[in-house]
Amino acid sequence: MRLMVKVFFRESEFESPGNITIRELIKGLGLNPQSVLAVKEGNLVSNETRLGSEGEIKLISVISGG
Amino acid sequence: MGVHRCRKCAADSVINMPQHRLALCAEHFMEWVEKSTLDFIEKHRMFEPEDRVLVAVSGGKDSLSLWRILSKLGFHADGLYIDLGIDAGCAYSKRSAEYVRKFARTVSPGVELHVLDLSSVYGRAVPEMAGRRAGGRKKLCSVCGLVKRHEMNRVARELGYQVIVTGHNLDDEAAVLFGNTLRWDVEYLVRQAPVLPADDLGLVKRAKPLARFYERETAAYAIVSNIDYIQDECPFSKGATSLRLKEVLNSMENGSPGTKLQFYYSFLRARQKGIFPGYDRPALQACEKCGQATGIPGLCAFCRLTAPEKATSPANCG
Repeated sequence: MRLMVKVFFRESEFESPGNITIRELIKGLGLNPQSVLAVKEGNLVSNETRLGSEGEIKLISVISGG
Repeated sequence: MGVHRCRKCAADSVINMPQHRLALCAEHFMEWVEKSTLDFIEKHRMFEPEDRVLVAVSGGKDSLSLWRILSKLGFHADGLYIDLGIDAGCAYSKRSAEYVRKFARTVSPGVELHVLDLSSVYGRAVPEMAGRRAGGRKKLCSVCGLVKRHEMNRVARELGYQVIVTGHNLDDEAAVLFGNTLRWDVEYLVRQAPVLPADDLGLVKRAKPLARFYERETAAYAIVSNIDYIQDECPFSKGATSLRLKEVLNSMENGSPGTKLQFYYSFLRARQKGIFPGYDRPALQACEKCGQATGIPGLCAFCRLTAPEKATSPANCG
């Protein structure tokens, strides 16, 4: 069975396979790993972390200013 | 490749910083950020433990993190929030103020938050000051910067603070440096520094204690410190040149870790050695109305902007 994890980014919400890393997720979305951080169950996780089989991932854009 | 281990305790790291060849857990990352900030403050002689420091807070990750760090380091650091009156259909300034007020209640006992409402003081906020004239958003951002610099300085002088600190990070500084270099704008290049000294015309010393950290590091600090900050961009920053410059630098950083750090630090070293001899700050004089420094005789740019006949209609979002 293919495990799926819920991902939130900005206003959108979608599911992603749990066996990939945060870095792979970010790159798959066409984002730069420099400009996004990932929070899993309220805790910051590194880009090498696998999404896993449960819980939710929130991607946070780090760029601000104008 | 699995998750890197924290260099200090071998727990799972929460952040990997290839430019420093350093991966850390949440606890040791916070410790590293705070210690590195103190080192940077001391290295650039930004301020002393007995100085009264005014932190310009916007409600974003950088300024709130800076306020928290300075308080944890034991500095006397109060906050200043300037209500710019930006609504643009999303109550941006109002929501930002709520984040600042909430944070100020928890940052440290005894600290003060000063709130300056431009509309109350001048009868107009930034969008009305910028109006609808040619220039659009670019003009609004330029007016916003001018107003913030003037008012931060005025408040710091009036309340007797020795230094104003802002939450600029290395990505902010590298983007400004990149933009100025593309235009070879030497007058701006010679003035870009982590600390700008006070002058005899009443300019209060200004410092950027977080200018050594990447933007993802200040964001990571805010997250691991449980700082609740406004994540939305200013509605007027969409499409801004500085954001495009940051994207370009981040693309380069991704392929070659350390690019941004090297770009900024090499510039600071070159600047210190006098990379642009012959260029100096133009002679300044006191504004006839407010007394703050200005490059031209008469009124400074802020006093001209806030003169009664400048009233115009507000700018819109996007």
